[in-house]
Amino acid sequence: MSRSTLPSPSARPAFERHSLFFEPGLARNRWNRVFTGVAALFAGLAVLPLFLVLLYVLVQGGRLLSPQLLSQLPPAPSFDGGGIGNAIIGTVVVSLIASLIAIPVGVGGGIYLSEYAGRGWFPPFVRFGNDVLAGVPSIVCGVFIYGIIVATRLFFGQSYSAMAGGIALAVLMLPTVIKTTDEGLKLVPQEMRWGAYGVGASRFMTITRVVLPAALTPIATGVVLAIARAAGETAPLIFTALFSPFWPEGIFNPIATMSVLIYNFAIMPYEAQNALAWAASFVLVLMILAANLLARWLGRVSRQ
Amino acid sequence: MSSQASEEAQRNPRRPPKGAVGGSLVEGNYQDAFSLRRRPFAEKLVDNGFRWLTLLLAGIVAVVLTGIFFTVLQGAQEAIRSFGLTFLTTSAWDPVNNRYGAFTAIYGTLVSSLLALLVAVPLGLGTAIFITEDLIPPALREAIGLMVELLAAIPSVVLGLWAIFVMEPMIRPALELLHRLLGWMPLFSTVPQGPGMAPAVLILVVMILPIITAISRDALRQVPVELRQGAYGVGTTRWGAIMHIILPAAVSAITGGVMLALGRAMGETMAVTMIIGNSLNFSPSLLAPGNTIASLLANQFGEADGIQVSALMYAALILMALTFSVNVLARWVVRKLSLRY
Repeated sequence: MSRSTLPSPSARPAFERHSLFFEPGLARNRWNRVFTGVAALFAGLAVLPLFLVLLYVLVQGGRLLSPQLLSQLPPAPSFDGGGIGNAIIGTVVVSLIASLIAIPVGVGGGIYLSEYAGRGWFPPFVRFGNDVLAGVPSIVCGVFIYGIIVATRLFFGQSYSAMAGGIALAVLMLPTVIKTTDEGLKLVPQEMRWGAYGVGASRFMTITRVVLPAALTPIATGVVLAIARAAGETAPLIFTALFSPFWPEGIFNPIATMSVLIYNFAIMPYEAQNALAWAASFVLVLMILAANLLARWLGRVSRQ
Repeated sequence: MSSQASEEAQRNPRRPPKGAVGGSLVEGNYQDAFSLRRRPFAEKLVDNGFRWLTLLLAGIVAVVLTGIFFTVLQGAQEAIRSFGLTFLTTSAWDPVNNRYGAFTAIYGTLVSSLLALLVAVPLGLGTAIFITEDLIPPALREAIGLMVELLAAIPSVVLGLWAIFVMEPMIRPALELLHRLLGWMPLFSTVPQGPGMAPAVLILVVMILPIITAISRDALRQVPVELRQGAYGVGTTRWGAIMHIILPAAVSAITGGVMLALGRAMGETMAVTMIIGNSLNFSPSLLAPGNTIASLLANQFGEADGIQVSALMYAALILMALTFSVNVLARWVVRKLSLRY
């Protein structure tokens, strides 16, 4: 630009002159393309497992899909046929127990953190504890529930039970529900609370009639994701809910779940059992992906 | 809500408050529209009750957390007393003679998760860059992001099933080649025979990739657009800007995400249990069957009794300590190392 005003044109320029046009041959532009290619390759590698897993689950599991798969009991080892009816019911029952515990507790805790928590050591401690709880390995949750419920026979002298499994899953869901409630409530504009107080609403009224409804979709999104995650969990169930080859016999008895069925049947040396494991995977993955897409849709609705 | 309040005001228009405020304020026509009243006792009770209820519910988190810690600690007491710290350094796991040492499992946990991290960090970061910088159309970016998130939704036990029947046979030729070429190294000194540490590492990569990608993507998106514009303004290339400006600005959040992923990898149970082989004998080879603390628990807890339960609780305590310190470190990294721009 100001080249014409340089004092001595004959002197060596301060920096080399380059064309202002894009030169694809320059080293830095070559490197640019190399890096872009590498990033594209990595992105491809990252989505490859999803396709491979879904492909095999759909093909191997979809082959067996039939009314009897959904309505019959699993066969005895080394026998053919049968279905996963009891495991489907079991997964629903255990997830339901977990939701009935984790949602009220989690939403209540989230309300406290977002609406009531003031100064002091307690709120930061709960937030920190919630993060730590989210990081506790799921198998350790199972060990904990085994220690306080199964080993002590807390429920009517029963050791392994659907209830114990549901509580273990509730412990896993709790941090997610608290966190999404807390964050969802914080997104509600402060003006809405002021408005409610202004027309004479009490704190309780403000929270239950104004703030919670306004934050319903983000909370629902988090809850749906938490349930979907809990439904697929296996580690906390293998020694709390255990497994049962029969139809569910109430919530204080061991119960079959799809995830534990997949684990048990995958490591059996019988092909019929392995095939049922694939079929259960198919049903489970379908349910979980549907829940995830529902959560996404809820999220999109809330943004509009 | 507002109609309720005005109805209330109409019903008892002149309930004189005990304080002096009402008297001085209420005059003439204002009296009907705005009259101050004390909140009824029932309303106050509900209000306070609700506050205490939520406090109680929030307290449950603390109770559960301390409950987990003390249950596991108490269960581990017996093993801690009889084995002490040698539990960490010996690798005997002998229920017949009641001698237990968790070295094999601790080694397996650390090695499998660190190796998985080594593979997953470049992959996840590369993917995150690919879907935040505008290299491809936004619709395609969204699609890749969605697919990575759905990968995170697939249950671990399904990935384990897939690993047993699909992935392991698929990669076995490659592992055999590795053994033939590099068999002189202790790391590859055994013939791959199905389940082992290497497939477990790969399935862990699949499991933690979504976490690293999602957190890196959020971190990259939060880098102020001015930094980017400034970099391009002084004439850098796209990757010059990414390497020298954007990544350094996002490094603290990315590191935090990587450490969260490490914690997740350490505690990951099902997929690893199904593919790692659950060997109780120590082997330095990645191609041999191994064990992790989580898979040890998954395998043995159901059938254990006596001091074996206590030894397993001790192992669980170690696992908790590992994941806890990694998670706390992650928080610290995010808070202390974030650049101020």
